[in-house]
Amino acid sequence: MTGLYRMMVRIRAFENAAEAASQGGVSAYGKAADGTARVRGPLHLSTGQEAVPAGACAHLRREDYLTSTHRGHGHTLAKGADLGRMMGELFGRATGFNGGKGGSMHIADFSVGMLGANGVVAAGLPIAVGAAHAQKLQGRDAITVCFFGDGAINRGPFLEALNWAGAYRLPVLFVCEDNRWSATTASGPMTSGPGASARAHSLGLPTLQVDGNDVQAVHEAAGRLVAEVRGGAGPRLLQALTYRVKGHVSVDLAGYRDPAELQAALQTDPIARARRRCLALEPDERVWNAIDAQAEQEVAAALAAAEAAPWPTADQAFTDVQTTGAGQWH
Amino acid sequence: MALKPSPAGDTALRTLSYAQAAALAVQREMEADTHVVVLGEDVGRGGIFGQYQGLQQRFGAQRVIDTPISEAAIMGAGVGMALAGLRPVVEMRVVDFALCGLDELVNQAAKNRFMFGGQGRVPLVARLPIGIWDSSAAQHSQSLEAWFAHLPGLTVVCPSTAQDNHSLLRAALQCGDPVVYMEHKTLWGQPGEVDESLAVPLGRAAVRREGGDLTLVSWSRQALVCEEACAQLARQGIHAGLIDLRTLWPWDRETVLGACARSGRLLVVHEAVQAAGFGAEIAASAAEATGCRVRRLGAPRIPVGYAPVLEAQSRVSADQIVATAREMLA
Ligand SMILES: Cc1ncc(C[n+]2csc(CCOP(=O)(O)OP(=O)(O)O)c2C)c(N)n1
Repeated sequence: MTGLYRMMVRIRAFENAAEAASQGGVSAYGKAADGTARVRGPLHLSTGQEAVPAGACAHLRREDYLTSTHRGHGHTLAKGADLGRMMGELFGRATGFNGGKGGSMHIADFSVGMLGANGVVAAGLPIAVGAAHAQKLQGRDAITVCFFGDGAINRGPFLEALNWAGAYRLPVLFVCEDNRWSATTASGPMTSGPGASARAHSLGLPTLQVDGNDVQAVHEAAGRLVAEVRGGAGPRLLQALTYRVKGHVSVDLAGYRDPAELQAALQTDPIARARRRCLALEPDERVWNAIDAQAEQEVAAALAAAEAAPWPTADQAFTDVQTTGAGQWH
Repeated sequence: MALKPSPAGDTALRTLSYAQAAALAVQREMEADTHVVVLGEDVGRGGIFGQYQGLQQRFGAQRVIDTPISEAAIMGAGVGMALAGLRPVVEMRVVDFALCGLDELVNQAAKNRFMFGGQGRVPLVARLPIGIWDSSAAQHSQSLEAWFAHLPGLTVVCPSTAQDNHSLLRAALQCGDPVVYMEHKTLWGQPGEVDESLAVPLGRAAVRREGGDLTLVSWSRQALVCEEACAQLARQGIHAGLIDLRTLWPWDRETVLGACARSGRLLVVHEAVQAAGFGAEIAASAAEATGCRVRRLGAPRIPVGYAPVLEAQSRVSADQIVATAREMLA
């Protein structure tokens, strides 16, 4: 429980700081003296959804793969990525994971098997299937986990990927973060039938549904499915019911949503719930406060390092495009 | 082509943003023709850029249709609706996501009329916004207009002003064949005077500036950068003519080639990657027809980066245009 709590708190602290440093931000790392925000462009926060990556990724090893969505900070941290290099990337600095080329929407850390966040909804599913297929072909004892949203299940690649994974019995766990919203549209009315697990079921994939704001429940369910996938039983799908607390992107105040819905959802905040459970196990508040403080310190250090880090140089725009033909820029 | 007149009494100039001008165009066409419908993600709330603001309230959810995140189905359904007698406006948010519905646009919409011997017509307008969207990196900033100009069966429109966005969108909705309508993401808020009674036919360029020393040809946001460059050149005693193409296919050969024949020098400028860009088509046509000197300026063949210094490498600045123009005159 301690590890799960620590991961959720880290994700929240990271994203709170990133939000403050983004366009709407007000902290010291908000608007810089030159009037620009430190974190630019679309920033998709997973506030309130932390239990899903924390619970699911706790079962993963470094050599397992992960694909992610546009809302990928939590997944990346939970897979073991370095928080400082992530902040560097959000700041667009040379020290970031992608050297400032990608930013928040394309956060990635291949060194821990995190194959990338994605700006295209559902694009991660076929990529996960390919990674899992490679793992199988190469006889590796590793699996792939693929996160996606409830909106993604309406795109063709969702069905195509699940079918393929089932047909080849690939070692992949699909995790639907069902947060009830797709940009400014509620997902329910746009989805025919009961959603992700029913569709997976119709393709022959065993599934579980879980309260995605209960980290222990996610941990248990994911543990079962990961063990089956690792054991060679074929693909599985986990549907985690959670809630998107913030707007779609950091600048979106979500005025289209009924405030009562948000208020109700806030009652089930996964970190508050985990904290209550933690206190039942260890009543000394100081133990848990220390974990909170440690996350804040780590994030503060990351912010300071990102702020001090150099920008990429202009010639970096021309690197890593391709090898054949490189240098012929026009 | 004769365009339908606008409703009487609404000819006064008013200042609208590029997005509002487009919303008004759709509104007017929906009023004039009950076959016009809109479909796409988040259009009910006005579209993510406000380019459908107020339309669902006015015309109802049957005509301004919110869809799942299902680009292939949105585009394909647009083709089907068109074949069945409707005139759909198909919203893709950004051209990058239209790639998820490419078969439906390229193999279905563009080919239907020819392939079935003229039995079918596909009068749909696919809105595929282009251009660098600040700090949105490689999957949200592409300018892919040349791809679509390459395809027989498609009309391609790239407006740069509020007036043109109003008039050309109306013309596109009256066109009768599939139109790829490409607005620029950083122009949505750009204000301009709009005269509803002003009809702008597809395929006609705008001469933004007369000048006999050389001819600049551009479109979309880059045409505005060219205006800046022309002003700088004028202060240096160089009189550059500027043609805003507005429609890429069919492009206005008469206006462009006439100006090139008079000035003897053509500089084509676009935001898209220069290699295999549409500038090559214009430059080659002008050289063939008039023997004039030609130059092109576009982005290097690199993905758009996130960090400001990287992103800047993909922008063509007014200074670069001025320098190239001066070289051509030296
Ligand atoms: C193919 C594609 N279509 C549209 C978009 C724009 N878009 C980005 S996120 C999003 C909503 C995604 O909803 P969901 O999959 O439920 O994930 P969530 O944002 O709720 O985490 C949309 C429509 C996109 N990025 N890619």
